[in-house]
Amino acid sequence: MRKLISIRAGKLSLLVETRTLWVTGILFVLCLAAILISTGVGSQYIAPLDVLKVLLGNGVPMEEVIVEKLRLPRVVIAVLVGASLAVAGAVLQGVIRNPLASPDVTGVTEGASFGAVLFIFFFTDTLSIHWMPVAAIFGAFAVSGLLYVLAWKDGVSPLRLVLIGIGVSAAIKSVSYMLIIAGPLQLADRSLTFMTGSIYGASWDKDVMTLLPWVLVLLPLTWVQARNVNIQALGDEVASSAGAQIQRQRLVLLVLSVALAGSAVAIGGAIGFIGLMAPHMARKLVGASFGSVLPVSALIGALLLLAADLVARTAFLPNDVPAGVFTAAIGAPFFMFLLYRNRNRY
Amino acid sequence: MKVIGLVFSALVLAIAVLCSIAFGVTDIPLRAVWNSFVHYDGNTQHLIIRTTRVPRALIAASVGACLAVAGAVMQVMTRNPIASPSTLGVNSGAAFFIILASGWLGVSGLQAFTWVALIGAAISGGIVFFLGSIGRDGMTPVKITLAGAAMAAFFASLTQGLMLSDGKMFDQVLVWLVGSVAGRDLPQLQAVWPYMGVGMAVALLLARHLNVLAMGDDVAQGLGQRTGHIKLFSAVAVILLAGGSVAVAGPIAFVGIIIPHIVRYWIGTDYRWILPYCAILGAVLLVSADLGSRYIAMPKEVPVGVMTAILGVPFFVYIARKGRRT
Repeated sequence: MRKLISIRAGKLSLLVETRTLWVTGILFVLCLAAILISTGVGSQYIAPLDVLKVLLGNGVPMEEVIVEKLRLPRVVIAVLVGASLAVAGAVLQGVIRNPLASPDVTGVTEGASFGAVLFIFFFTDTLSIHWMPVAAIFGAFAVSGLLYVLAWKDGVSPLRLVLIGIGVSAAIKSVSYMLIIAGPLQLADRSLTFMTGSIYGASWDKDVMTLLPWVLVLLPLTWVQARNVNIQALGDEVASSAGAQIQRQRLVLLVLSVALAGSAVAIGGAIGFIGLMAPHMARKLVGASFGSVLPVSALIGALLLLAADLVARTAFLPNDVPAGVFTAAIGAPFFMFLLYRNRNRY
Repeated sequence: MKVIGLVFSALVLAIAVLCSIAFGVTDIPLRAVWNSFVHYDGNTQHLIIRTTRVPRALIAASVGACLAVAGAVMQVMTRNPIASPSTLGVNSGAAFFIILASGWLGVSGLQAFTWVALIGAAISGGIVFFLGSIGRDGMTPVKITLAGAAMAAFFASLTQGLMLSDGKMFDQVLVWLVGSVAGRDLPQLQAVWPYMGVGMAVALLLARHLNVLAMGDDVAQGLGQRTGHIKLFSAVAVILLAGGSVAVAGPIAFVGIIIPHIVRYWIGTDYRWILPYCAILGAVLLVSADLGSRYIAMPKEVPVGVMTAILGVPFFVYIARKGRRT
């Protein structure tokens, strides 16, 4: 029997597993440590303690500039993007009931980065860069809406959604490439970096302030939906006999997932495989109940991207390799491993 | 009846190739096209015909034929209607290895490139094939498709990383990466022809066995076929065909999906006919797609890989929707 703590306040009642609390606490501390270390490491090394001093407001002025202007925004963005992608993946895996689903496999990431690439090519001169996230989110919704419609045949079958996602994202990718080839070289470089996924040069006002509201609204909203995810995971027949409006809930959950992934891609570019890996690790740690999976995968996602970005920007100094290369390098073998684990399921 | 169809398709191919030679950004009168073959005098028009248009048409035709046949063989081998060199990651594996070899290992020369592409195709095809066939039920469409998508994403990401870390490479490689038959010359095609030829021959010789294999592994084994050998030979054929195509034209997508389906719809399930039809119609598709790609954004050219991807997706979606409900 699992140890549970129940919280009741008026109409709200929650059951929290003590194990989840422990795991969340430990991951949270790990995340803070990773933030401190990652902020300190770079071409100019700053000891974690000095970083802490800067954050508390009494550091050396030189270090203050490096930490506050250059490194901290990037680290914060890594946390936000990683967490959003991870939660988007967790929701998607719950809804599609497929352990291999993630925003990148189903074309959401592809759609968002296509929106952003279109923006880079056609609107950079006329519109401010602040609008780019809107373009990316719009792209994510357009493509996933298209997928949803194309996969609809007496309801959306998870498998069809995945297959059609693969096909559509292949086409979108080649259209993006076409734009890159046709356009001027400096835009091409930017677009390709974006398509690989990089949080290079993140800034407070442009990136953090754009992404933060989305995360602050969408994460709690998703958490409230946790029980619907749990019901979806039972399968269509059981869920509908338990009184769930499966297709409607599925739509709401998919919209949340797309919004999360879309806003993350808008800032971080098409960083792959975090939405795939983090939820699996979370389920290993705290079991399948979505109320626990969500916070834990968010923290794991943040940790993963922090680590990937740390390696990406320090391993090949002075080159700053896009973090997406590293998440894919770890993520694709992980995907293969999952496929191996599930070899008797399909 | 089937012979007439084949002859007719060959005629269409001949016309498509002629159009591809005659039409393009530079306007060349038909008389000059004719003269460039019979009375070659080295003026600009003749030069364009001989050094640009003819190689381009021939490369498009060979690559199209190879990819379509590779797709058809893969679809029998994996019993999966959406198998093709591009969906199963064979093309992107070959592409990654070529970029790795040319940019980082300093490999050059046509023969070396071809071998690198074949090795890349074999490695990534092998992994996908292995991952797709582990487990109790053996090879299932879903497993192999997912494995292919993962490998494709993996290699694409690594390729982008390589390209971004080397600015010089960027420009040259990008067009090739989408798949293009423009700007190649005949020696490039001659370098891969032997491999394509062997692959094609193996595929055609296998046709009879593929008919048996298409009935399912159990039935094929019951009829006395050594399915393992047949699958191995099919894999060799696919790697030669797809690797050779990527070496000369880059990873062109969806030809291997579109053509086999059209052909099966048209002439039925006998692979002794399907494969030759696939070869000819695949060539027709790529030659006409290439011709179209010159006109869609005049005077700039769209890489032909984009054209086939746009043509191919409705097909892909249709096939995925048609499949049984799961």
